[in-house]
Amino acid sequence: MADGTSIPVGVIASPRSRARQQSTLRRFSQRRSTIAFLLCLPLIVLIAAFVVYPAFYAIYLSMLNKKMTAFVGLGNFAFLLKRHTFQLVIFQSCLFAVTAVVLKALLGFILAHLMHNIPGKNQRIWRGLLLVPWVIPLALSTLTWWWMFDPSYSAFNWILNQFGMDNVPWLGVGWIARFCTITVNVWYGTPFFMIMYLAALKSVPEQLYEAASIDGATSVQKLFFVTLPMMRNIIAITVLFSLIVTFADFDIVRILTAGGPQDMTHVFATYAFQVGIQSGDIPLGASVSLFMFPILALAAFFVLRGVTRRSKEIAA
Amino acid sequence: MSATTTMGTARSAAANRKHSLHRQRAWALWGSYIALGVFVVMFLVPPFYTIVTSLKSSAEISAQTGSPWIVRHPTLENFWYLITYPNFQTYYLNSVLVTIVTVAVSMTISVLAAFSLARMGFWGSGALATGVFLTYLIPASLLFIPLFQIIGGLGLINSFWCLVLLYPTLAVPFCTWIMIGYFSSIPKELDEAALIDGASYLQILWKVFIPVAMPGIIAATIFAFTVSWGAFLYPLAYLYTSNQMVLTVGIISDLIRGDVFQWGKIMAACLLASLPPILIYAFLMDYYVAGLTAGATKG
Repeated sequence: MADGTSIPVGVIASPRSRARQQSTLRRFSQRRSTIAFLLCLPLIVLIAAFVVYPAFYAIYLSMLNKKMTAFVGLGNFAFLLKRHTFQLVIFQSCLFAVTAVVLKALLGFILAHLMHNIPGKNQRIWRGLLLVPWVIPLALSTLTWWWMFDPSYSAFNWILNQFGMDNVPWLGVGWIARFCTITVNVWYGTPFFMIMYLAALKSVPEQLYEAASIDGATSVQKLFFVTLPMMRNIIAITVLFSLIVTFADFDIVRILTAGGPQDMTHVFATYAFQVGIQSGDIPLGASVSLFMFPILALAAFFVLRGVTRRSKEIAA
Repeated sequence: MSATTTMGTARSAAANRKHSLHRQRAWALWGSYIALGVFVVMFLVPPFYTIVTSLKSSAEISAQTGSPWIVRHPTLENFWYLITYPNFQTYYLNSVLVTIVTVAVSMTISVLAAFSLARMGFWGSGALATGVFLTYLIPASLLFIPLFQIIGGLGLINSFWCLVLLYPTLAVPFCTWIMIGYFSSIPKELDEAALIDGASYLQILWKVFIPVAMPGIIAATIFAFTVSWGAFLYPLAYLYTSNQMVLTVGIISDLIRGDVFQWGKIMAACLLASLPPILIYAFLMDYYVAGLTAGATKG
């Protein structure tokens, strides 16, 4: 890494030692920042080539016609908004993301509290068991769910039959299929919330609870006036982050229902895949994905604000 | 508690109160265990069912009689079929190869960048760090269509090497973010001392930072591994012949033929494919959780 010599130095035997010292210092810092930049170069190239460039390319693609021969402006977007299927996609993506994230946040919170109650030495094994859904690759565990929802020999239906109930067409009816996709997502994502909240719970100083109990606070009051305010930032960051991931989810819907029945479970990612890759209408597929962008950008803005505020609090 | 009853009333009352408090705690503890137990059972139903099905013969599954939750004639024929099935071997090897290269590339890029961003800095390095975090928030499903064109332009459609190019974009931002956090927490005196002793920057990184930040490196490596092993959208979109496929798509496209579902084999394949992540997490979970929560809490 000794190739800092290519930097123009500009010290040609200055008579005064002070000036020489200064320029050596400058040379040192210049050399330092050149090396720093070189170390970042692979990262910059990677992001520029496979994130920034594709993002702009997507905008360009979305303004072409299907054969990619003519420029149609915002025609694809207008076309999509008028289609009933796409209106369903918007509705379902929001329903899927919001419902799943709320449920994950609630269940994760309950689990983290239960976990916090039990002695530390037992927590490891329980945490390990609860993290299993999150450890198995999602595409593979969704296959198991599919098999459990199987119409001809559903394991869930067998249990229902034992209690004298009728078979449920799990993935065959719109609203039930939506419920199933959300269930799988909640099952997969809750452990992540649990470990985030557990870490946050552990960082709440014990003295606060002691002070609250001396003041005669009940456990409900402690929850609302000590725990929740102390965890507010983590909750916000985790929820927003999970909102982004859930909103853009592809694996579950693709494997479980592939968008059916009657397009009633399609979300942005699966619809973009169907239109862009399977039907070969690349510009239209690109426009479908781009519809996600404003919502993601909004969530990203709030995440970033939360993160910077949080780091300022820590620094203070 | 029989001894206290014989003593003075005041002391007995105090002891009683203590006793009831103790009992309350015990109840809360048992309540927590029971509730956790219920959750664990609910969460482990799918993995359990995967195991049960993978041990059944095709005949037992297609008979469709009796409880699907128990195995009557356990057999390993599904596992044996998969292990000796050339396509499945190919998927497994491809997955391993792609993952190893991805992890190596991602870790190299992100450790170098994190060292530079956390310690050295240059004009615009603050903006770059924010940009890296924003990239982390971009999901794979946003850019897969333009990437399809770009990969096509590079002639890498239906070659698993395209995954080696693309997976780092998913792994590097968060790995860099974790590593920046760990590197910043290393005291400045450490690298100043090394600098005075005449160490170059790469030596400082190699001999001081990497050993000290080993827990962070492990966490970031596990993250890169997880991303690369479990990714589904990119391989599904860009690979279509079985000699190039990785496990996640290979299992789905190979073992599901039209309307024929070989569920026993599919479930056995899921188990075999989930084995590496489960093993890694079983041993290194603590590092990963620490890295993950630090990444979010440190900001």
